[in-house]
Amino acid sequence: MLNNQGRPTHAGTAQPSARTFTGNRALMMEEALIFETGRLDVTGVDIEPPAAFTPSLGGLERRAPLDLPGLSEPETMRHYVRLSQKNFSIDAGLYPLGSCTMKHNPRLNEKMARLPGFADIHPLQPVSTVPGALALLAQLGHWLTTMTGMAAVSLVPKAGAHGELCGMMAIKAAIAARGEAATRRVVLVPDSAHGTNPATAALIGFEVRAVPARADGTVDPASVAALMGPDVAAIMLTNPNTCGIFERDIVAIAAIIHEGGGYFYCDGANFNAIVGKTRTGDLGVDAMHINLHKTFSTPHGGGGPGSGPVVLSERLAAFAPVPFVRKSATGLDLVEHAEGQSFGRMSAFHGQMGMFVRALSYMLSHGADGLREASEDAVLNANYVRVCLNDVMSSPFGERPCMHEVLFDDEWLKGSGVTTLDFAKAMIDEGYHPMTMYFPLVVHGAMLIEPTESESLAALDLFIMTLRDLAFSAKRGETGRFTDAPHLAQRRRLDETRAARTPKLRWTPPEVAKAAE
Amino acid sequence: MSTLYYTKDHEYISVDGDIGTIGITDHAQQALGDVVFIELPKAGTKLARGKEAAVVESVKAASDVYAAASGEVLEVNKALEAAPGTVNEDAQGRGWFFRLKLSNKAELGDLMDAAAYEAFLKTLD
Repeated sequence: MLNNQGRPTHAGTAQPSARTFTGNRALMMEEALIFETGRLDVTGVDIEPPAAFTPSLGGLERRAPLDLPGLSEPETMRHYVRLSQKNFSIDAGLYPLGSCTMKHNPRLNEKMARLPGFADIHPLQPVSTVPGALALLAQLGHWLTTMTGMAAVSLVPKAGAHGELCGMMAIKAAIAARGEAATRRVVLVPDSAHGTNPATAALIGFEVRAVPARADGTVDPASVAALMGPDVAAIMLTNPNTCGIFERDIVAIAAIIHEGGGYFYCDGANFNAIVGKTRTGDLGVDAMHINLHKTFSTPHGGGGPGSGPVVLSERLAAFAPVPFVRKSATGLDLVEHAEGQSFGRMSAFHGQMGMFVRALSYMLSHGADGLREASEDAVLNANYVRVCLNDVMSSPFGERPCMHEVLFDDEWLKGSGVTTLDFAKAMIDEGYHPMTMYFPLVVHGAMLIEPTESESLAALDLFIMTLRDLAFSAKRGETGRFTDAPHLAQRRRLDETRAARTPKLRWTPPEVAKAAE
Repeated sequence: MSTLYYTKDHEYISVDGDIGTIGITDHAQQALGDVVFIELPKAGTKLARGKEAAVVESVKAASDVYAAASGEVLEVNKALEAAPGTVNEDAQGRGWFFRLKLSNKAELGDLMDAAAYEAFLKTLD
């Protein structure tokens, strides 16, 4: 079956009663690719044809048409506005993706980021013309190091995984400086870790060794001790972990790693649970990235870019990359060239300036007490969801308080014919973005819900009542509500298998596609 | 006549003389869901028992496949690269991953036979 744009759809894509001539469903518009709508003979700008001139490119001038789509200004506006309306965002509704901290992005942040003194500066303009920007970098760094009790910070990393890379490169440099580059080759990673942790370690040449989780979902110091040896460079641990649980033995684990001569990298993705409550440095951590786009409310998930500053302990501070801001007798210096033990430069410029302005706005407008309260509310909200659902859904690690996210498994769906995926798709019909599914991998059919502190009690109650209604429906055997879901979205269940096996990654002009057949 | 052995990581090894054919069990393919990508070792690679030998990726997760026994890779199932779904269709037949020339057949004594694996699966439910 083809829709009116000529693209194949699955049988039953639209209910017969909802089929329309245009393919639109009320205000949910079908939108063609810009290459399909654009024509070569249309333009939004009235440009005079050039007067006769002598080309100076020595015969290298383009002779064929550019093949760029031509659209009028209203066509262009409609195209991009319609696309933007297809984007589900935190501004549109609750976005309970676990370990993602999809919290509200305050408008004050946006206002500050648009101040011309921040918005209109360029990374290559003379340093003497941007003292305010340097002061902002220094102040943000001060908040981050104070909050975490760490010695130094690198603002350079552009996202969480980039931050991991930065921290692990500092660890690698520190190990090389001790002359142990050839012998310390192993990084320990718990099996509940974010996939980026082993990927980061592998990317810079370490061998990854998995640490099994114990029955309650946390890491046992005894398992770390059993794996620790003179070949181990570091451990990468997420705290609170991806099961939404604080690693209660983290101090003992840090001691084992340090006594064995290794370093402790902490994945700070879940920092939103513990801001103002626990200082990373007090736990024995040597490096941790902080996702400004999670914990500090800068846009996230398609709205980015991300920003992942890394805080470093005294032991690693000297290995931080350039550039960074340093206090001097006359004010602030921007250090651009690697000196001493710095591992060098990992990114052309100074980091995500726009995100720094937003994150500092968030910090200053909340104050230290407000940041602490935000963490408390995030944990309270997750536990409210947990307590209101735990009589109908099942928890892998028993009933006990969680941190900022609550984890369910699919034990309660057993025998119902409904899977975690089906349940998540049915949430779309109800107007909710699904939670994180099938992660962490150590939990069967995992559903990881992180409401964040942004949601009101009324919003949480509606979400909880919706999930309860779905849960009872699944238990009553109303499988049709799930296995065919989503029923009401513009697209029905997408074929993930075909998308992964035979992805179409670029548009091909129809005549070329036809010729290829 | 080949003999089947199983690991706790849900690999099987079908042994015929000193040749072992390794793949993932039917239970493993069901748990993974639709397989979309498989990375196989190179022929000639020497594998120690328990070492990562291959990667299987499904719509849900990516998992390592470990060498059920030590040996040298003789042959890999190239057909899986173009048709990874074969693993879902026939995990313990056409969906085999690679063949090893076993270097230490004594290791097989530590693995489970079909009955022991069945019993092991029951403990997971």
